[in-house]
Amino acid sequence: MTSPLEQKKIKIAGPSVVTANRTWDGIVVYRTAAKSWSADLSEAAIVRDSDEAKALLAESVADDVGAIGPYIAPVQVGADGKIEPGNLREQIRRTGVTIGSTAQA
Amino acid sequence: MYAYDEIDRTLVNERVSEFRDQVQRRLSGELTEDEFKILRLQNGVYLQLHAYMFRVAIPYGTLATNQLRALAHVARKYDRGYGHFTTRQNIQFNWIKLAELPDALADLAEVGIHAMQTSGNNMRNVTSDQWAGVAPGEIEDPRIWSELIRQHTTLHPEFSFLPRKFKIAITASDHDRAAIKIHDIGLKLIKNEKGETGFEVLVGGGLGRTPFIGKTIKHFVHGRDILSYIEAILRVYNQYGRRDNIYKARIKILVHELGIEKFSREVEEEWQHIRNSSLQIDDEVIEDIRSRFTYPNYEKLPHMPDELRQAAADPEFEAWRKNSVSPHKVQGYSIVTVSLKPIGAPPGDATAEQMDALADLADKYSFGEIRVGHEQNLALPHVAKRDLPALWKALDKLGLATPNVNLITDIIACPGLDYCSLANARSIPIAQELTRRFANHELANLIGRLHINISGCINACGHHHVGHIGILGVEKNGEEVYQITIGGRADEGAALGNLIGPGVKFDEVADVIEDVVEAYLALRERPEELFIDTVKRLGVEPFKERVYATR
Ligand code: HEM
Ligand code: SF4
Repeated sequence: MTSPLEQKKIKIAGPSVVTANRTWDGIVVYRTAAKSWSADLSEAAIVRDSDEAKALLAESVADDVGAIGPYIAPVQVGADGKIEPGNLREQIRRTGVTIGSTAQA
Repeated sequence: MYAYDEIDRTLVNERVSEFRDQVQRRLSGELTEDEFKILRLQNGVYLQLHAYMFRVAIPYGTLATNQLRALAHVARKYDRGYGHFTTRQNIQFNWIKLAELPDALADLAEVGIHAMQTSGNNMRNVTSDQWAGVAPGEIEDPRIWSELIRQHTTLHPEFSFLPRKFKIAITASDHDRAAIKIHDIGLKLIKNEKGETGFEVLVGGGLGRTPFIGKTIKHFVHGRDILSYIEAILRVYNQYGRRDNIYKARIKILVHELGIEKFSREVEEEWQHIRNSSLQIDDEVIEDIRSRFTYPNYEKLPHMPDELRQAAADPEFEAWRKNSVSPHKVQGYSIVTVSLKPIGAPPGDATAEQMDALADLADKYSFGEIRVGHEQNLALPHVAKRDLPALWKALDKLGLATPNVNLITDIIACPGLDYCSLANARSIPIAQELTRRFANHELANLIGRLHINISGCINACGHHHVGHIGILGVEKNGEEVYQITIGGRADEGAALGNLIGPGVKFDEVADVIEDVVEAYLALRERPEELFIDTVKRLGVEPFKERVYATR
């Protein structure tokens, strides 16, 4: 996964969301249509073209106290409207590490 | 052990209150992330995929038991019950909340631990041999000099805004356990013909996108001149280092572009200006530092105590002893490497319970001291040989006696895509699968010494270039693909590995590594010929043919 932190120009290929990490505790959050942040991907605002994406990102960047490092991430939207992360990186951010628990002792 | 003086204690405490204030202002919105980022980085706080990551320094890899317990406490109270020991004698916590970080730092400060200069473009934690002070044949304890450099460079304004991060490692043994040849400056403690202590100085080593093995810039710099010499190197770097391009900013690029001759002439010239300044070190300064390192009151003990003779009948104990126990400079004592590489687990992780229990064992069996090595294992530096059987049993109960030190399952791996925001691919699950494939101890022993190093991107935190087998995760069309190299090494014979063929998919990596190992077993001249020596003798081709013939 090429790190989205390198994101320079904004061009999206399909449905996308804006994601970031919440400032006070660092957890993964998504920008909602209500101009706020949610830890739940199903509440994320979906954007479908570059202008929408740009606008959502600009609004997210402006909310610097709420969350840090916002960027645009691809998602897949099922026929039932269910939102799934669009790549492995985002999948891992959503569901956690793929390595089992470290509490092996 | 090393006892901090008042200056250090004050410094560490002031730093905590300063950071507490900065965090407050960040949370209230008074500071933007842009303004805050450099401040948090100066305190070891990164942003990873899932959370903030907090990197804590373990200077020259030496920990007292109260310090290890404090790390366990931080893991338990502020994190998810474990920490990750890295290749540069640091520990990382993966799930820290920004709002709680000042408290975690304050708790660590109570035992003299801090996170200064564990990130950012400054002088990083000065690392050393994890066997410093106890390795047979060492010139003298390299930590004395690590500490001198640490004191001089910590918060030094001239070195706080370098073109890029800067890493120094020091060894005092012929066998290099500190990987000095892949550091910005590598120092090897030596004696000249007159018996004076000084350093062979190497410069320009490093991994990452453009890896280089460090080159000797000066064969002997007297100990008293080492600060001025390092400062001269840093001044030349500060002046000419590329600040315009992050990929070209490390000193290795400058050394490469100028050539070592021109670079050393520049350094020499600078050095002549500052050599006889206040940077010249008085013997008293060194003596003062030396006096702050305390060594145990060793007993006079037999070379081969009865306890050890009896335990030798137990093949499981023997398997562990052969791989984990090393000679000590004092008769009757050993250095014990504690494997943080259990089969199937993430390399370098330790739980809070393991850290606490290990601290208890270190109090009981190692004069209260623990070491951290760059291979992501821990060590108990002063274990009486008669205690080895009892220690082994206790470590085994904790899951800390996997008999695999230096074997194929003793893997170095970076956090990769499971944690790291820069990653292209996962590292840890590759390591886990490989340890399962080679879990059989007889097999691992038959293969012998073999280092596998894995990085999840080109930044090379997992030292893949210098693994006997190196695995680098990259991304191709949205998929994880792994490039495999062989023939790298990180010790005194440091070398970069060579690619053996096209990249392979996540699910195929372990199969390919099995084939590489099979090829080695077929190609080696005799059982004692190590993997790395077979590769050196034959080159990459015969491996390539065997591994890729059927793919
Ligand atoms: C948040 C996680 C991490 C980030 C963002 C990070 C970032 C980086 C970057 C950008 C580089 C390349 C520097 C360059 O070539 O100029 C690098 C190199 C390196 N990092 Fe990390 N790293 C992380 C975790 C680790 C861990 C867990 C380890 C130890 C296991 C580690 C040890 C190293 C080492 C040894 C190098 C290569 C040596 C060198 O040339 O400096 N890092 N890291
Ligand atoms: S090598 Fe890459 S993936 Fe691994 S820790 Fe370093 S920056 Fe992250």
